[in-house]
Amino acid sequence: MAVVETRSLTKVFKEGELGAVNSVNLETREGEFLVFLGPSGSGKTTLLRMIAGLETPTSGEILIGGRVVNELSPRDRRIAMVFQSYALYPHLSVYKNIAFPLKAQKVKKDLHKQKVEWAASLLGIGALLDRKPRELSGGERQRVALARAIVREPAVFLLDEPLSNLDAKLRASAREELERFHRRVGTTTIYVTHDQVEAMAMGDRVLVLNKGVVHQLATPTEVYDNPADTFVATFLGSPPMNLAELSDVIVGFRPEHFRPVSSVNGEAVAFRFKVENIEYLGSEWIVSGTPASGKLGGQKVFSRLNSAQDLSLGGTYDFAVPQRELKFFDRSTEKRVEPKVVSWQ
Amino acid sequence: MAIARAKIKSVGAAQSPLLGAAMFTPAVLYILLLVAGPFFLAIFYAFSDARIGNTEMHYVGLENFRSILKSPSFRIAIRNSFIFTICSQIVVIVGANILAIALEKTFRGRGFIRFLILLPWVAPIALGAIGWKWILDSIYSVISWVLVALHFYKPFNAPMWLGEPHLAIASVLLVHSWRLMPFSTVILLAGRTAIPKDIPEAAAVDGAGFWRTQFQIIIPMMRPILSVAVLFGLIFTFTDMTVVYILTAGGPFDSTQTLPSLAFAMGIQGSDLAAGAAISLFLVPLLIIIAYFMLRVAHRAEVN
Repeated sequence: MAVVETRSLTKVFKEGELGAVNSVNLETREGEFLVFLGPSGSGKTTLLRMIAGLETPTSGEILIGGRVVNELSPRDRRIAMVFQSYALYPHLSVYKNIAFPLKAQKVKKDLHKQKVEWAASLLGIGALLDRKPRELSGGERQRVALARAIVREPAVFLLDEPLSNLDAKLRASAREELERFHRRVGTTTIYVTHDQVEAMAMGDRVLVLNKGVVHQLATPTEVYDNPADTFVATFLGSPPMNLAELSDVIVGFRPEHFRPVSSVNGEAVAFRFKVENIEYLGSEWIVSGTPASGKLGGQKVFSRLNSAQDLSLGGTYDFAVPQRELKFFDRSTEKRVEPKVVSWQ
Repeated sequence: MAIARAKIKSVGAAQSPLLGAAMFTPAVLYILLLVAGPFFLAIFYAFSDARIGNTEMHYVGLENFRSILKSPSFRIAIRNSFIFTICSQIVVIVGANILAIALEKTFRGRGFIRFLILLPWVAPIALGAIGWKWILDSIYSVISWVLVALHFYKPFNAPMWLGEPHLAIASVLLVHSWRLMPFSTVILLAGRTAIPKDIPEAAAVDGAGFWRTQFQIIIPMMRPILSVAVLFGLIFTFTDMTVVYILTAGGPFDSTQTLPSLAFAMGIQGSDLAAGAAISLFLVPLLIIIAYFMLRVAHRAEVN
């Protein structure tokens, strides 16, 4: 039995307009970390808010623990949510913030202290219990929000971009901490983000959404290596997958597979490649330019290399892509299709 | 560009003492002439035997205060001032909270309803009070007419809203509440909209129902703005004499007198300037306390 399940879940905000969420079917697995990934406006937050009970679906069903919860208020769904802003209660101390769900759900009073201390120690904020939220740093606030969520031992955690308010440095450590936290408590977690790095790093599975439609639901490696369509192919990866229209198909290949011909083994497709820009990113180089001839002629193509010191701006080199790294998409549906033999000339 | 800006700045700096003073003067004049002047005059009169139409004046020490404290009307006025101020604030805060919650939701015609609710505040207080005087009139009262039509009372036997002491007190209280409600509603509505939507949503997910969310989260978060509404309301009601003056003129038998209306009745209508001044001075201690709390709220808002 899935912890959270949705069946053709749809949300239309304005009648006659395209839905913010369109007929989404998904099933979480016990204890997994599921990431909703998509650009802003893709409907990922709306989908999460419907699961939380903060938004009423236009149609479709939401099941939590096998029970349809469409009609239940948030408090009756056994969920916990961490908001993007953390939504801590500013007038209450950290202790009272964490104890609030216990009070609201009428947990016996003599258990409060023990439970709050348990949640606080789990997140290492035992020393902050007397502080007010405004006296805390961003990272500490996030931990308080997590403690407030865990204290009632919910069936599912819903996290709405909880790292986006932290600065870049803190974000990496907070991400690691969140992963460790999830491993320790093992509660099924749904995590919303627009950051593909977070999605890839944390997710057991990733649900890629765009314009309210599910494009793919798979493990991070699957989503990256075998994208279901051109949207997933270009949304994930930086720079994105190179795409080329060849007669009746779209062919794609990742920048890291597009390399100087000398370092490519086996069957490959070769191009004359004119280098137009070189970016040095420390551990890698991003080279962009245009193939000099063939169907790809004039189209911008990216290459990701460990070293580009042999290349110079304006020079033309022999580059190649291994045949097995080519992905094929239908030209009209943009969906993934079986590999084909195509003419590059 | 930078040089030009620096020049303008230096010119501005050279002018600023004069310019500052010029901008400041009207406010200072206003306070000196219309607040400080009458205030010190009142203190001066309160220790004299000044009367309207009499140019002679003598120092009488605490005589005025002694006689006022003995007067039963004064004790009633003090009691009424507190009853009207405190009770109307309770009614207003409860009512304004309910209205603010209702007006926060979006519904058709919300703009019009908001306008209607604001109307008592926008209209001159005297007009409103005259309207109520008719509504509560002993013969032409629409309320009485409705009650008679519904057979609650026999014709000509309906209550005299402004003619019986207890009903008159209740009536004045009602009009004060009606008058202040819009002001508090607007302030509380602003306070509510300033609370991020996440907070009540988090409370809902945490398992709090409507009442718990209101009383443990929203209203405590609005405490600063709530105290602004209450403090202003206290001052408006405590110092107001228009409502009492128009509705009952302090009657029947001085049962609805307040400090300001009694001061007016004694000092201006009764020609005993000294007594009127002394009575009005009794407003000062409470107003100082309120002013202190207002400054504290303002200071806190600045600090945060």
